[in-house]
Amino acid sequence: MAVLQMQRISICALKRDRKDILENLQSMGVIEMNQIADEDDGFEKMDTQNARVGFEKKAQLSENALAILESYAPQKQSLLSSLEGKALIGQKKFDSIVAAKETITAKANTLVALNKEIAENKANILKLSNQIESLSPWLNLDVPMNYTGTDKVAMLLGMMAADTAQDAVYAKIATHAQTTDAVDVEIIRTDKDATYLVVFCLREDEMAVEEALRAAGFARPSQVVDKKPAEKKADLKAEIKKLNSEIEKKEEEIRSLSSCREDLKIIGDYFRMRADKYEILGTLPQSQRTFVVSGYIPVKAVDAVKKAIGEVYDCVIDVEDLKEDEEAPTILKNNGFSSSMEGVLESYGLPHKGEFDPTTIMSFFYVFFFGMMLSDAAYGAIIAIACFVVLKKYPRMGESMHKSLKMFMFCGISTLVWGILFGGYFGNVVDIVSGTFFGETVTVPALWFIPLNDPMRLLVYSLAFGVIHLFVGLGIKGYMLLKDGKPLDFFCDVVLWYAFLVGLLLMLIPTDIFASIAQAKITFPPFLNMLAKALAIIGVVGLILMSGRENKNPALRIALGAYDVYNITGWLSDVLSYSRLLALGLATGVIASVVNQMGSMFGKGIVGIIGFLIVFIVGHTLNLAINLLGAYVHTNRLQFVEFFGKFYEGGGKPFEPFKSDTKYVDIKEETLS
Amino acid sequence: MSIWSNLGLVYALLGAAVAVFLAGAGSAIGVGIAGQAAAGVVTEDPSKFAKVLIMQLLPGTQGIYGLLVGFITLSKVGLLGGGAATLDPQTGLLILAACMPIGIVGLISGKYQGMTSAASIGIVAKKPDQFGKAMLFPAMVETYAILALLISILAVNAVQI
Repeated sequence: MAVLQMQRISICALKRDRKDILENLQSMGVIEMNQIADEDDGFEKMDTQNARVGFEKKAQLSENALAILESYAPQKQSLLSSLEGKALIGQKKFDSIVAAKETITAKANTLVALNKEIAENKANILKLSNQIESLSPWLNLDVPMNYTGTDKVAMLLGMMAADTAQDAVYAKIATHAQTTDAVDVEIIRTDKDATYLVVFCLREDEMAVEEALRAAGFARPSQVVDKKPAEKKADLKAEIKKLNSEIEKKEEEIRSLSSCREDLKIIGDYFRMRADKYEILGTLPQSQRTFVVSGYIPVKAVDAVKKAIGEVYDCVIDVEDLKEDEEAPTILKNNGFSSSMEGVLESYGLPHKGEFDPTTIMSFFYVFFFGMMLSDAAYGAIIAIACFVVLKKYPRMGESMHKSLKMFMFCGISTLVWGILFGGYFGNVVDIVSGTFFGETVTVPALWFIPLNDPMRLLVYSLAFGVIHLFVGLGIKGYMLLKDGKPLDFFCDVVLWYAFLVGLLLMLIPTDIFASIAQAKITFPPFLNMLAKALAIIGVVGLILMSGRENKNPALRIALGAYDVYNITGWLSDVLSYSRLLALGLATGVIASVVNQMGSMFGKGIVGIIGFLIVFIVGHTLNLAINLLGAYVHTNRLQFVEFFGKFYEGGGKPFEPFKSDTKYVDIKEETLS
Repeated sequence: MSIWSNLGLVYALLGAAVAVFLAGAGSAIGVGIAGQAAAGVVTEDPSKFAKVLIMQLLPGTQGIYGLLVGFITLSKVGLLGGGAATLDPQTGLLILAACMPIGIVGLISGKYQGMTSAASIGIVAKKPDQFGKAMLFPAMVETYAILALLISILAVNAVQI
């Protein structure tokens, strides 16, 4: 339950050890780089831009090659495979693959080249198919398309508007070229776009006939081939077939390379790591013989670095505490249960420097409220078991995923407990099934009480839990003020509020309003009533006098104090907000009952059982999904808005160490010593 | 049986209908608005499907709250079990009034929660790591639907038959 303390570490070492030291630091992954030395102290920075870009390009190449392999030889993956996480490989295997990086890069290049050739071939095929398309109207023509005729006879080939009949063409020619009479018009094909025709006439009439046809909308084909169309088409088809078989051959070739998938992944990670290293190297101040590395390190990791670097290389390691104004990155450290909730805190914001890490306290309330909102034993058991199985089956999944699943497992257990307390097992499935199929209604008794039968009682409890949650939040604020050495603030902003609120609560409990809600009259002994009034009055007077204490002007000070007392409405709305614990709990139970009731409408017998099962499975899956989402969102809201609103600011910077930032594999450290 | 002889039951049924159709319509509008935004994000980046789907679902709860109140009302007046109770018009009107909060608040909050969800989907599109915060904004709107649900449940339960 704490924020790890940070220190600044600076290592000054000889340039000849530069590569080794950086690689060591990278594989340890405990330092966030932050260089402080200036360039003008005789230090210079190296330009590593080119090297870095080179490595990034190679990493990208392996990525591209993998994408190509994936599209031609897809790997079968189960739905849950994204949970598997990175594979673990030994250092020796990694080194042996890295040693073969030239061959693997060559293979990647081959893959990319093959893919490009396939794309080119596909483009060619498209072009050829278009040609075939434009030939298709002429297929009935059994002379080459560029045939112009014999010595005496000319052949005109062309298109006219659709639905042009043969006699219409004759008529046109007769009117426009009256001198000719030896004309033969043959329609080859008509379709909805055009009429395709061939016209024969005497060579000497050619000009006149064509002129006449043109006037009627005749046009020569745009594309003319020197073969009979049918032959040309066969040629083109053969060419497409050849290209297709070439594509197939290349695809086969790509598939044959699929065995190097793993190597490509590893080599990609290798190049990514090198690129990271060169990026850091570019920021390091270096003199002629030495270089300096500086950054933030958690205190507990200092000794390990001293041992791994300080005792092996000639260097000076300097560890110092952070300066006052330095904003160090934040790492949280919590026990196994609470650390699973760190993701929730991260999504709000990490604690800033010197702030209290609320994860541990929050985690208990989180699990408590989550269970109360879902509150069905069967749903809780399903969630807990599903998360547990996945956690056991995929031990190497990503860290944040692991944390979330663990969190849901705990929330599921809590839901199970609340479900038993409230007597909810898939809603009221036991009652319905026993009543419908066995004729005798059996009810599993609730360990505590059934909320739907007594909602007001649960409402009071919900609000009471809310008051506790909020008071704990206010308490943490008090703790932080005391820690920062501000006892006056602690008294005015925390103690007075406690007095005021506790006084008001104690005054509220014996009233008739409360009695009507809680359905039980509570009477306090008179001294407690007196105490309540006294506390409330002390609180309100104190707040009016002290809240505006930064102001010299007494009138303004009182006005600000009175305004602060007005915040009691904020407290009221915060407490009422916890009524969602009741509302969402009821929603789960009632919808589950609706599902069960609908299932039971099929009656008894085989049909009834089958119908019931279908409705049961579909209905409860939906109900579980939507209420799980609701419980998650609203538990977060209660933490973020109501609880954190009382004391927490956040805004810390996450710790981002210089480490082996791989995508596919983790390298196992093989330390022999 | 003339409808006028059991006007109370008609009012009560009207109450259940108001709860279901107003809140359901609100959710339908809200989910629709959010869905348009979600579909836009998925065309650009299909990997965000799960996240934007959750965002789209957030305004869907009002409809469920309406269903819940409608169901409680129906089972209260005995329409589900087959033996409908005979209600006097006064009781029927009381039940109708009890169903109003979730109906009206569900309709309005559903629409506005949908608009907030659409805006939050914009956050997810640009900064997927801010999912937790983005989810809170629509949840703020939902608070008021929950409060209305609470009053409706308590009121329906409190009416004596």
